[in-house]
Amino acid sequence: MKRHLLSAADLTRDDAVAILDTAAELARLADRPIKKLPTLRGRTVVNLFYEDSTRTRTSFELAAKRLSADVINFAAKGSSVSKGESLKDTALTLEAMGADAVVVRHFASGAPHRLATAGWIRGSVINAGDGTHEHPTQALLDAYTMRDRLGGIEGRRVSIVGDILHSRVARSNVLLLHTLGAEVTLVAPPTLLPVGVGSWPCAVSYDLDAELPKSDVVMMLRVQRERMNAAFFPSAREYSRRYGLHSERMATLPEHAIVMHPGPMNRGMEITAPVADSVRSTIVEQVSNGLSVRMAVLYLLLSGSEPAIGRDDETEGA
Amino acid sequence: MSSFIVRGAAPLGGEPTDLLLADGRIVEIGPGLSAAGAHVVDAAGLIALPGLVDLHTHLREPGREDAETVESGTRAAALGGFTAVHAMANTSPVADTAGVVEQVWRMGQEYGHADVRPVGAVTVGLAGEWLAELGAMADCPAAVRVFSDDGKCVSDAVLMRRALEYVKAFDGVIAQHAQEPRLTEGAQMNEGEMSALLGLGGWPAVAEEAIIARDCLLAAHVGSRLHVCHVSTAGSVDLIRWAKAKGWDVTAEVTPHHLVLTDDLVRSYDPIYKVNPPLRTHSDVEALRAGLADGTIDAVATDHAPHADEDKDCEWAAAAMGMLGLQTALAVVQQVMVDTGLLDWAGVADRMSIRPARIGRVDGHGRSIAVDQPANLTLYDPSAPWVVDGDQLASRSRNTPYRGRELPGAVYATFLRGRPTVLDGKIA
Ligand SMILES: [Zn+2]
Repeated sequence: MKRHLLSAADLTRDDAVAILDTAAELARLADRPIKKLPTLRGRTVVNLFYEDSTRTRTSFELAAKRLSADVINFAAKGSSVSKGESLKDTALTLEAMGADAVVVRHFASGAPHRLATAGWIRGSVINAGDGTHEHPTQALLDAYTMRDRLGGIEGRRVSIVGDILHSRVARSNVLLLHTLGAEVTLVAPPTLLPVGVGSWPCAVSYDLDAELPKSDVVMMLRVQRERMNAAFFPSAREYSRRYGLHSERMATLPEHAIVMHPGPMNRGMEITAPVADSVRSTIVEQVSNGLSVRMAVLYLLLSGSEPAIGRDDETEGA
Repeated sequence: MSSFIVRGAAPLGGEPTDLLLADGRIVEIGPGLSAAGAHVVDAAGLIALPGLVDLHTHLREPGREDAETVESGTRAAALGGFTAVHAMANTSPVADTAGVVEQVWRMGQEYGHADVRPVGAVTVGLAGEWLAELGAMADCPAAVRVFSDDGKCVSDAVLMRRALEYVKAFDGVIAQHAQEPRLTEGAQMNEGEMSALLGLGGWPAVAEEAIIARDCLLAAHVGSRLHVCHVSTAGSVDLIRWAKAKGWDVTAEVTPHHLVLTDDLVRSYDPIYKVNPPLRTHSDVEALRAGLADGTIDAVATDHAPHADEDKDCEWAAAAMGMLGLQTALAVVQQVMVDTGLLDWAGVADRMSIRPARIGRVDGHGRSIAVDQPANLTLYDPSAPWVVDGDQLASRSRNTPYRGRELPGAVYATFLRGRPTVLDGKIA
């Protein structure tokens, strides 16, 4: 059984479904007067955040607390990329504290992987976003939201739009949605697509208008204006015109289609306010679903009784 | 001075014979040699090569003596069969003045287990703004002939042109680390499928190739010598082949690791595989092997880059770039070039001794194994497999990518001017 959740690719179809099913059960807890389970009593979960993300940190913190775990928030600030001793030293400290799980957000791609494999600590490592690599629990909560709204994921068409190159959300979503049987299309200007994207299990398009009428889900990614200065696109206006989602464009979607965004949004850049606030938008639900999904991940990784996440190697890649 | 009889060695893998070494030279070659008072080295089954010459070694002294010193680095060199190494200029202080290169040269004379030829920086502080005093470095006792800002590219076309022109006055060569800086901003590994998958900044092949193409044209235009450091892509091999076909004085080197390792290994995020230029793809590796075999690539150079543990035992982005190379180079070349039939031992001698010595203008090294030549020799056992133990290497650092891997052959002895620096696989 895998001990860590580092990449959406670590999850088999059964693993992913088990997490989503568990999350659905745990979601019902929110309706009870006492929103807490004793499952992880006595366990210690550390939130190790090298990058500010109040939303993700709070979500993991609350998830762990709802399962009665002890939670330590470890904000490792100011570690520069040129002096990396701190990750190892911090890991050794956490090991000494007896951390059972480390939820790590890091600005460097692969840092959670290194944390899990360098022999510095024994606990489970959960990737809460690393550089431009992955953000597997975001993909899980997105899948949860799609399943909840559309009744299923198999065969659904998902368009992911925007800065694919720098997006860990896009990477994790492509991998997980493919595992779950969706058809994913990445939509972006060629400058914002990674060079090796042709080998990914998805389609690629430069034309948003051509994709919208065929999409059950359109997921808009945040595009930073600073990318303009690095010549990824000519101007904010041109970007919005070609790849922004506004009401007129939204109208070309099928009636049942939903609009997603991992947040935080750049209103007026990749998405207009009326679209973000429309009934088709799932942006607020995504946040609440994140809590259930993270509870499920912690529960399945740490409770030990249910080896639902990561079976033995022979089931991998199935 | 004591003399040695090397008994039963096979020069360049040919017929076994005896070699008599005395007064720093090879004085006799032939079967059944004897000489009064000579030490006899049983070399049956061993291949004799001219002492290896490395064009690209980082000795880290002065400045990072915790990672390597002239003493420890040349110890690794001798154990790897090298009799001369070029010490790269990116030390601290940078080897950009006659004073620093002379200091490195003197340390080599005093503590070296191999001859140390300092490389001078092309620009002051490797900053790429002002030419360093190339002439002073050439004229000082270190007699620098190779100039390089290695670790950084001389990216300014005018500076590169001037440097190429200027060193003609003293038969120097500019050894370029070809890396277009803008195209490699934030680069962490080879740009391709693997970088896309891992979310690591991509280092495109074209960033190397664009500089090589430009520099070949510049060298041709001013009629000077250009040496291209550690080529890593199939396209680079093509460009150098083209330049040579034009008759231009362009030479190139490849590292052992670029002949065997690929960017697939980065999947582990283990910084042991982080190197500059980055590990490339399988088809690049094939092209590099072919280029070395047909002589397009002149030399194998180790780019031996020791790093202290704390600079490697960290996350990928924070890790220093580079890997050890001196002690494993010959065995890796055997594995990927000789055992595969791409190169014979005469070819190995050519690419690891004769041509590098010629490119670096190193006196007394890289000669044929013949009477009256300096007795700089490597005795190598091609059937002595060993598993690399990173903790047992002579370097002060342990960043070898071959830890736990089996290599097919081992250096038995190294002779520097007729005296063993290594005997029976150990420092003599
Ligand atoms: Zn270099």
